[in-house]
Amino acid sequence: MIGRIYAIFLGRNREFIRDRSNLAWNLLLPIALIFGLSYAFDGQRDEYTVGVLQESATIDTSLHPFFETRFIRFVPYSDRDAALKKVERHQLDLLVEPGSPLRYWINPEATKGYFLEFALLQSTAPAPTDIVKAQISGDAVGYADWVLPGILGMNMMFSCLFGVGYVVVRYRKNGFLKRLRATPLTALEFITAQVASRMVLIMIITTIVFTGTHLLLDTRMEGSYLTLFAIAAVGAASMVSMGLVVAARVTSEELAGGLLNLINWPMMMLSGVWFSLEGASPGVQKIAQIFPLKHVLDSARAVMLDGAGFMDVAPSLAALTLMSALFLVLGAAIFRWGQY
Amino acid sequence: MTIALEAIQLVKEYPGVLAVDGVSFEVREGACFGLLGPNGAGKTTTVELIEGVTPATSGEVRYYGEPAGARFRQEAGIQFQNTALQDFLTVRETLEMFQTLYARKANLDDVIEQCSLGELLDRDNRKLSGGQRQRLLLAVALVNQPRLVFLDEPTTGLDPQARRNFWDLVRSIRAGGATVVLTTHYMDEAQVLCDEIAIMDSGRIIAQGAPDDLLRKQYQGLIIELRSEDITGSLEGIKHTVIDIKGVVEVPTADVSGTLNRLSPLVRDLNHIKIRQPNLEDLFLDLTGHSLRA
Repeated sequence: MIGRIYAIFLGRNREFIRDRSNLAWNLLLPIALIFGLSYAFDGQRDEYTVGVLQESATIDTSLHPFFETRFIRFVPYSDRDAALKKVERHQLDLLVEPGSPLRYWINPEATKGYFLEFALLQSTAPAPTDIVKAQISGDAVGYADWVLPGILGMNMMFSCLFGVGYVVVRYRKNGFLKRLRATPLTALEFITAQVASRMVLIMIITTIVFTGTHLLLDTRMEGSYLTLFAIAAVGAASMVSMGLVVAARVTSEELAGGLLNLINWPMMMLSGVWFSLEGASPGVQKIAQIFPLKHVLDSARAVMLDGAGFMDVAPSLAALTLMSALFLVLGAAIFRWGQY
Repeated sequence: MTIALEAIQLVKEYPGVLAVDGVSFEVREGACFGLLGPNGAGKTTTVELIEGVTPATSGEVRYYGEPAGARFRQEAGIQFQNTALQDFLTVRETLEMFQTLYARKANLDDVIEQCSLGELLDRDNRKLSGGQRQRLLLAVALVNQPRLVFLDEPTTGLDPQARRNFWDLVRSIRAGGATVVLTTHYMDEAQVLCDEIAIMDSGRIIAQGAPDDLLRKQYQGLIIELRSEDITGSLEGIKHTVIDIKGVVEVPTADVSGTLNRLSPLVRDLNHIKIRQPNLEDLFLDLTGHSLRA
């Protein structure tokens, strides 16, 4: 039995690894997404931007004390109309023209402009004496920290569902499954080999992508790598098994694609890949619990961002293990080798 | 005489189609049994019911007297008519993978030599020609040293030289003691390779027996073949068959001289007359009223 599972496992691994275009896509897509999104959102999220009307390309901080304010990005503009348009569209929080008198423009609807106006006026006023200062310590969570588990989980979901679903349907359609049916291989052995193969491959890919982005973007990791690995492994098992249930009887790749999308999209939207579900209604949050990806992302973020331990995420791991077992048994029970 | 395989009243019904209609036959151990018939006759479906890859509506398959089960799967080697193999795997890896699935194992080097795959071992499955691919599929069917080999239309699409090479392979498999079940729509192939045949049409067996016995039973003599364009008179009173697709008229006879004497005033040019032995194609035509390759 083990020998037969290993033979199918090895064959599928070879097929996957030697398909260079597929391998490259599986590796490069999540990396590109993580870097692209962290560049697009992380760089602007907490930054205040002030335009300075002047001809020079560099800001002379001696012109006004406001220009020495920290955490503000000062951008020189020589075209007054273009700069005013940017203020109008909230692309600049404030526009300043140095001189005597100093002039400035803000958009009354812009939140950041409101605070920047205070900062500007404060920098010109005598030092106040009636202010009490309070401090809260702690590092801000960057968007890259938050979105990294989401994108890795989403990539895992696509790879598990489509990678297994399409492959099994293709095998059935081209007669390879029928050929295997004529051997002593059982449905459970075949399915186990497919789950194992896809799990190993997706875990290797996810580990490579996680390690690379973690090192390059210095993303936050408060908890145990081993716990995170366990979450990813059980999560992958549950989603591969889910893909096998879809592919257990389907004979058309088009139908398989439709069914997989029917699962993918709600799972992606309700699992918190791109945004948090904290503000969503309790009903939506309950429905989201049926998706393996929701458990994967919640527990992965808890480990990575809050330092949760194994026992903290044990309920999610248990739910994922139960889902894997259910899907695997169901997939084997309804599995069909041929197109009859 | 040991019976290796028995098909008993096999029926396969699809919605609105009765693909196999009560097919029964026995295959002797060590024999080559041929299932013949035109495309769509139900040969492949019948074989797939026996192999267990398609569930039968009703009927039973027995292997050495027992219901075909785990032992059958271990000891049967099957070459399907249309089978895709895994992409990106080499010939050697494909053979090794399939061999691992069986407890019974042939010497892989012998199988490779038998199927002339020695020079192709490191080639990707996708890069094999039609003949090379057929040899690989046959080798896959032999990796478990089968006692019973199914060959489903193994030479379809092969050139004449490759077909004859394949026949030699089948003979060598038989020489090793295996029982062979062959489906084909090539009558010459069946006549050369098979000890016993069953002719199928519309899901049923319409004749069964040794090829020579079937021909002897149906024909007492030879067949005179005339070109339709050479016939100038009426053939009324002379038993004959018109083969429109070939543009010929066939006249079976036990008395060649007498029949030729009767035909000579009705044919303008006797130079194109052929006299030959009846074959399985003639038999099928007579039994069903339509051509084998139709």
